[in-house]
Amino acid sequence: MSPIKFNERLSKIPEGVLHKYLELATDPSILSLSVGEPDFPTPFHIRQAAIDSIQLGKTFYTPSRGLLSLRKEISSILSRKHHLEYDPVNEIIVTVGASQALEAAFITLLNPGDEVIIITPAYITYVPIIVMCGATIVPVVTSADNGFKLTPEALNAAITDKTKLLVLNYPSNPTGGVMTHEDYEAIAKILRLKEIVVISDEIYSELTYGVTHASIAQCDGMREKTILINGFSKAYAMTGWRLGYMCSTPEIIKNISIYHSNAILCPQTISQFAGIEALKNGDEDIHHMREEYDMRRRLVIDRLNKMGLPCATPLGAFYAFPDIRSSGLSSMDFCSALLQSKKVAVIPGNAFGAAGEGYIRFSYSYSLQHIQEALDRMEAFMNELKK
Amino acid sequence: MEKILSLLRNNARLSNRELAVLLGITEEEAAAKVKALEKEGIIKGYLTVCNESKIENAPVHAMIELKVVPMKELGFQDIANRVVALEAVDSVYLMAGDYDLAVFVKGKTMQEVATFVAKRLATLDSVLSTNTHFILNKYKEDGIILEDGSTQDIRSTLKSE
Repeated sequence: MSPIKFNERLSKIPEGVLHKYLELATDPSILSLSVGEPDFPTPFHIRQAAIDSIQLGKTFYTPSRGLLSLRKEISSILSRKHHLEYDPVNEIIVTVGASQALEAAFITLLNPGDEVIIITPAYITYVPIIVMCGATIVPVVTSADNGFKLTPEALNAAITDKTKLLVLNYPSNPTGGVMTHEDYEAIAKILRLKEIVVISDEIYSELTYGVTHASIAQCDGMREKTILINGFSKAYAMTGWRLGYMCSTPEIIKNISIYHSNAILCPQTISQFAGIEALKNGDEDIHHMREEYDMRRRLVIDRLNKMGLPCATPLGAFYAFPDIRSSGLSSMDFCSALLQSKKVAVIPGNAFGAAGEGYIRFSYSYSLQHIQEALDRMEAFMNELKK
Repeated sequence: MEKILSLLRNNARLSNRELAVLLGITEEEAAAKVKALEKEGIIKGYLTVCNESKIENAPVHAMIELKVVPMKELGFQDIANRVVALEAVDSVYLMAGDYDLAVFVKGKTMQEVATFVAKRLATLDSVLSTNTHFILNKYKEDGIILEDGSTQDIRSTLKSE
């Protein structure tokens, strides 16, 4: 029998650094700072809403775009929190996590040869899916000097005739960088004149510290060109529920819906009922979790800087992205050595693209005690390096 | 509850400097806040939570339900004062329900606790009855899970399940 011929694009997915690193970090006694999900349990009233839906037998398919009642709540929270108006009937699709929203958007919009601008260091899953669509990645490098923001100059330099999509992810995983409304206005000025669709992955929108979350869709003329993606995982500590959503114009949503409805039929019904409860009554939970993250953030930044790992103050998400170049080691070597000598796992920055070389990603979605212990070990590691 | 208080209730060993960083205030401000809480009598002390099953000759603990006759005007205060004064007593709570005072007691042996109840507690004026429950094992104390290796972080367990 001849060997199976897989989709040729699979082999074009760049080999992930993360994969290599995680193979090293399998010892269960390792103190990990590598996880990208909240450490809080899903608030109980949200879990209860799911239990109720099971007990009442509400376990059938829903419309493929999701329960209208959930879409109405999504519409209302976007209006209330971000002053964005989306019609629940024809401008919102509920998805299986923000990940599926991304996948559906890429598949629906991309043709082979199209160029997609991504802001690096970038979240790990964008590249593989874009590559599977046969499109070309155009990375824009951002730097710690300006808080990892996308500048109009860098955007201009990346745009060509083939540019189809711009993928934004602020607050950013892995850098914790945010964009303000003014930052977006400068970008919008360029984009208004172009036929480029913006995918704005705002999954960390609820986790900003001392700044208000801004969306490019708030800029004049940009709502029509933007697919806003968000979800429940980070805001409500609901990672395993796999629930997200996407909002855009009726035309874009109608086209994405053609693929989406066939790909998944509908998002998980039980999770959708939990989602309604989260949006209706979850503000206090968000507030509480954000306060906890904020305290940890201050501790982490303070100590990383003191131990000789300069770190731009992240204004969003739950990651610190310190510069480790003073160690004289590459990101991978730094992480391997830290793992070996101190059993602390952080993610090498170049797992998020070449632009992340010289950095590490430190997740502070762990208890204070856990973080303190990890910081103590990292400090000892740094002191040994200096000797 | 004030944030500084909930931080200290989770970890009383946080230094003023750490408290300051966590709360985004100066070290002096943190020190002053802690001082004030102590002075106001809100912070009453700092203890260590132990897993006694690992300590040799750890004390025996019991919870005693005390039924008492409240005294005119003084109510339960008088008897509570008398119970509080006893050295073997760790905690005393006034309860709603079938009995009046929950008294947590420790001793070297079960015999010692039994003698204490019979001779010191039951004989107090106004005590109507005692009902002693010996504590066999402690799983969680003041929010801390005592068993080693048990984690409140379910994330890692799910990934290897």
